Amino acid sequence: MTLRLENVSVRYKKGDFKSVGLKEYVLRRIKGQYKVSWFLAVNNVSFELQDGDMLGIIGKNGAGKSTLLKVITGIMRPSEGTVNVKGNIASLLELASGFDNEMTVKENTFLRGAMLGYTKEFMKQKYDEIIEFAELQDFQDSKFRQLSSGMKSRLAFSIASLVQPDILILDEVLSVGDGAFRKKSEDKMREIMKQGATTLLVSHSIGQIRRLCNKALWLDKGKMVAFGDTKDVCDRYEEFLKK
Amino acid sequence: MKQILLKLKKHQFLFEELVKRDFNSKYKGTSLGMVWSLLSPLLSLLVMRLVFTQFFGHNTAHYTIYLFAGNIVYSYFKDSTTNGMTSLTSNAGIITKINLPKYLFLLSKNISCLFNFLLTLVIFFLFVVIDGIIFSWTMLLIIYPILCLVVFNLGVGLILSALYVFFKDVKYLYDIFTLLLHYMSAIFYTVDSYPNTVQNLFMLNPVYVYIRYIRIAVIDGQVPSAVHHLLCAVYAVLLLVIGCVIYKKNNYKFVYYM
Repeated sequence: MTLRLENVSVRYKKGDFKSVGLKEYVLRRIKGQYKVSWFLAVNNVSFELQDGDMLGIIGKNGAGKSTLLKVITGIMRPSEGTVNVKGNIASLLELASGFDNEMTVKENTFLRGAMLGYTKEFMKQKYDEIIEFAELQDFQDSKFRQLSSGMKSRLAFSIASLVQPDILILDEVLSVGDGAFRKKSEDKMREIMKQGATTLLVSHSIGQIRRLCNKALWLDKGKMVAFGDTKDVCDRYEEFLKK
Repeated sequence: MKQILLKLKKHQFLFEELVKRDFNSKYKGTSLGMVWSLLSPLLSLLVMRLVFTQFFGHNTAHYTIYLFAGNIVYSYFKDSTTNGMTSLTSNAGIITKINLPKYLFLLSKNISCLFNFLLTLVIFFLFVVIDGIIFSWTMLLIIYPILCLVVFNLGVGLILSALYVFFKDVKYLYDIFTLLLHYMSAIFYTVDSYPNTVQNLFMLNPVYVYIRYIRIAVIDGQVPSAVHHLLCAVYAVLLLVIGCVIYKKNNYKFVYYM
């Protein structure tokens, strides 16, 4: 067992004082419309992964996929249930955000590397490799905001793909860049997975999940609809989408 | 505490990069760059000197230094806390994606403000020499209130940054508060003309206590009283503890509001 989730639920408070602000709060109080509602982003999800498993997570937008990943990485705490993780986690979530627009590509590369937990020596060693993989040799001293969005994602992916984690979390990261880079990044991912990392992959491309994963999890409105063999789950999901 | 130090060690590289980023971003795009760190306190000193000498300057020995001491301490406090306030929200993109100790972002902001403060402190001592204050060993004592001030600012920063995640109004309230504090900290006037009880009330203001300590040690060349020493530490520790408790309690709630 590398990862086990038991009855995990994540509950958001909606419309409370803190999220609507003072003015709205007072207004709603006066009108008698103030009420706090709860939103279940993830509803009672349980599953278990073994070493080397590759799990594809599918479901419509807002199904709770990203929230579930945040719980696993420890950014959020489950409101109920438990998450058991063995080993270190690296997560590549929506990568292109969180860079500093005013800093150069080089500075951003080091900052991001540091955030992902790499050491200084490691970054110095790998810097050229990163830039080469991202194909940004001519832009090293450009400001980050001058890059195109494809370039930004490429850089983000190149930095992140150096990880050697026990558990790897990929949220929509294999759909960055143009066709050529997508192919390159998928190869790179395969390479990492081959090293034996347990992988969780969120993707809207069923084809990709079928190609890469041996297990699949289907979420709908926070609830777990199906978990199991990729082919089974994907077939059922595609049938559901056709309806 | 030990846990925090271990974590800091683990994230040392990140911390360095964040400090670098905060420091660089401060004067990005200005032509004078870091010179502003020195120029802006000097200019504000000049303005205050011109405006207030007429009212308060004649009865106060070394009025320039008196003003300067108040100014740099207050500026450091304001700089560090207002910058610290937004340290969580301005890094929301990272905090909601990567699991990192959140206080690192505040800490790095504080360090770059501290560095700035230390620069102005050098200028301050230059002025001390120019103004003809004879060096006395008590000047070395100011290390103590400065250390307390660093901790104090950190504590206030923790509280503000947490509040700011939940209530954006804090920013405007705090603007008003710092304005009030500016007038209440006896930066350009002396408290001597007040009755004793009122003078003691001033000691409830931590920023005033830090300023006063430095003035006594530098201008008067005396060792501040035990009460001063005690208050410096009490305020610092108190605010830090409150800040830490708030962070600990809300650590996992921040994400929902960013």
